[in-house]
Amino acid sequence: MGSQQSCGCGGGVKLIFACSGAADVGEIADRAARRLTRAGAGRMFCAAGLGGRISGILKTTEAAEGVLAIDGCPLNCVKSSLEQAGFTAFKHLQLADLGLEKGKSPMTEESISKAMVRAAELICS
Amino acid sequence: MKRLQILGVGCPKCKKLAENTEAAAKALGIEYSIEKVTDVNAIMQFGVMMTPALAVDGQVKVVGKVPAPDEIKKMLA
Repeated sequence: MGSQQSCGCGGGVKLIFACSGAADVGEIADRAARRLTRAGAGRMFCAAGLGGRISGILKTTEAAEGVLAIDGCPLNCVKSSLEQAGFTAFKHLQLADLGLEKGKSPMTEESISKAMVRAAELICS
Repeated sequence: MKRLQILGVGCPKCKKLAENTEAAAKALGIEYSIEKVTDVNAIMQFGVMMTPALAVDGQVKVVGKVPAPDEIKKMLA
């Protein structure tokens, strides 16, 4: 979870959930989400909390201005976690669609940048 | 006894949520304790990133808005 917390008196927050999975593409998803948070494009939030049905995480997600799910591989764990928690209105980025194939995509600056650019487009759209 | 916690750093909306929550609890006639959680780190322990928020017996019921007392009554039932 990001380190900042905002008052509802201000504007809404855009949340970014990354699968942060064990595979290379999971690591890319994770790094992209963290860097987007640092860049101020949104705030990375705990995807595991969706599966754990943590009330604060679910209610914060409900209140978010926008939600982006970044999945590293076609298992789409974050997308599925959001859907199983009852969320339907969110953007989804699948890194395989960017040519980042699981097991064949080492984490590099180029791969992180590729993920970040597309994620930023989706967040802002 | 219901444990009611208002999560927020003390903005007008946080105060309004506390008022509405207390009004809802009184209208229901339940026993309750109400606590204002203003420390950001303590708020984040709930997994909450936006305030105001209301937790009932440790479960977060609403984040980022101020429901009317009638709506809060349903959360306390």
